Amino acid sequence: MGVFVGKHTRAIVQGITGGQGSFHTRLMLDYGTQIVAGVTPMKGGAQVHGVPVYDTVEEAASKHKADASIIFVPAPFAAEAAFEAIEAGLKTIVIITEHIPVKDAIQVMARAKQAKAIVIGPNTPGIIAPNECKLGIMPAHVFRRGIVGVASRSGTLTYEIATGLSVSDLGQSTCIGLGGDPIVGLSFVDILKEFERDKQTKAVALIGEIGGNLEELATEYIAREGYSKPVAAFIAGRTAPSGKRMGHAGAIIMGRTGTARSKIEAFKKAGVDVAEKPRDVAKLLSERLGKKSISTRRNSEK
Amino acid sequence: MKLYEHEAKTIFQKYEIPTPRGELRTSSSLVREVTAKLGVPVAIKAQILVSGRGKAGGIVFANSTQEAETAAKKLLGSEIKGVKVKEVLVEEKIVAKKELYFGITTDRAKCSYVAIASSEGGIDIEEVAAMMPERIVKFFIDSTYGFRSYHAYQIARKLGYVGSQLRDLATIFIKLYKIAMDYDAELVEINPLMETVDGRFVAADSRLLIDDNALYRHPEYKERLIHEAEIELSAQEIEAQKAGLAYVKLDGNIGIIGNGAGLVMATLDAVQFYGGRPANFLDVGGGASADMMASALNIVLSDPKVEVVFINILGGITRCDEVAKGILEAKKRIGFTKPIVIRLVGTNEEEGRRILTEAGIHFLDSMEEAAMKAVEIAKTGG
Repeated sequence: MGVFVGKHTRAIVQGITGGQGSFHTRLMLDYGTQIVAGVTPMKGGAQVHGVPVYDTVEEAASKHKADASIIFVPAPFAAEAAFEAIEAGLKTIVIITEHIPVKDAIQVMARAKQAKAIVIGPNTPGIIAPNECKLGIMPAHVFRRGIVGVASRSGTLTYEIATGLSVSDLGQSTCIGLGGDPIVGLSFVDILKEFERDKQTKAVALIGEIGGNLEELATEYIAREGYSKPVAAFIAGRTAPSGKRMGHAGAIIMGRTGTARSKIEAFKKAGVDVAEKPRDVAKLLSERLGKKSISTRRNSEK
Repeated sequence: MKLYEHEAKTIFQKYEIPTPRGELRTSSSLVREVTAKLGVPVAIKAQILVSGRGKAGGIVFANSTQEAETAAKKLLGSEIKGVKVKEVLVEEKIVAKKELYFGITTDRAKCSYVAIASSEGGIDIEEVAAMMPERIVKFFIDSTYGFRSYHAYQIARKLGYVGSQLRDLATIFIKLYKIAMDYDAELVEINPLMETVDGRFVAADSRLLIDDNALYRHPEYKERLIHEAEIELSAQEIEAQKAGLAYVKLDGNIGIIGNGAGLVMATLDAVQFYGGRPANFLDVGGGASADMMASALNIVLSDPKVEVVFINILGGITRCDEVAKGILEAKKRIGFTKPIVIRLVGTNEEEGRRILTEAGIHFLDSMEEAAMKAVEIAKTGG
């Protein structure tokens, strides 16, 4: 079972009748994800790839015992969709939508916290537990069931690093996109805690980028708690200038906050290996895991 | 979107936050006139959207109408930090007993708005936070209940005020919060917030950044955005904006195109790692069409500094065959004036590679290999 999602996950798709919603519903179904219903107001009664469509989340969730939602609703209406999902009692909400106003995102996160729901995103590729559940838009073929838990602030870069992990036989336990926006539902620390508990996860890859201080907070957590699993990090944006948004709304250095250097130094201080290039993440974790297995073997010989 | 000082102050006035008396002018003779009206001394402030304006000489004080005219003549048309000054704000000079700071922004880790106040205003608040963290008061705002009047009183108390001054200061805090909410501010700040000799509070400077993603709720700034684009952005940046591409100009000679913000940033880093200098950041985004790919190439090739272009595509939603078609389309439309290094893997990669091979265009498998190749070409001049 993956972290947050697994074979058991019963998801609805909000915005299922839109281009993106319908396209990715098919791909998620092909992957084996249980997409039990879809929601688009005023389209109730329709079907998309055999999935029944409802007008409201309340109806869809109660009729099909759903526990998760993936949102493809356009930015001006996406916060409303998230509120609806949270109020209907869904506990895992993936918001794919990009360009949601920060004020809306803040309100959604506050509401989710009250309801003890988890929000992945906004502006995320989603979450995948290889061979179990894909609740997202990532290309399935780069992932392979394995032992590395991946948490990332970007999309394509995650596929690049996941490919490296797949090729090197480490594979992934669960791969989670935090989202490229300044305000997102999960932090690296939240995910590190989940991976610490997860039996399938033997090592963790953190893929960060410039902007904010979620990486720095993760390093504090790793150092403070004496994190038990090997962690490797990659930080994108060493060459990014200050004050410019690098594609993601959240990827911006503001004054002194959010530089790649600050993040890399913090990781190194916490004893986390930092990869110079994306493909080095797999190499670093292989080395760490190799050493660890040797040291456990030695211990058991004693 | 950044607002000019005078734009933000107009909003402040609407919410009855005290600001210095002042007017916006575009010529030195008009500055002289308004100085006579306001009475000396005055402050003449260049209206530009760069930070550190004061240090760069963008604010001049004048003690006579003649001085004001001379100062305005010098400022108007000059360049400060590379930006041309077209307008100046002429204001009565406030004599301050103390300079404070108050601002509202977002806190990523707490997923909330945060109010920040300090008894040390007039300088960069980050500098205060680094040098004298004990002089900073931070209050995280619970979005369900908002920023209430007693929160504002708590902060004003922590800055050491009592009586009617406590009330006046707290009132400004509450109003600024209201502006932050009403205008979808990423950041709104008063720095310095001056306490005058007679105990009043005046917002001497103002900064307001509106969340770009919320601009659809503020259509009054649509025109303004176009204006900003014209003065602040390079030709390539404007073209990219029109085409819906995320582009940032840098100062190297290796043009970069990729899909996904993180991957493009990592591509720039890889180029630098191998000793090259990236000329730009360009993200064609997810699911880029052949047409978008062609515009991207067009934009990057139009930068005269670019000596080689490195295209790094990892197909997910983006299909390699579409990218390959876009590359051919660009070749047909504008021709390849410079060498191009391509790395193309992922969804429909066989088809994409077949298209390129048939057109005689070479491609590589790994990002590292391709980065090295691009750097080598840039160094030897092709």
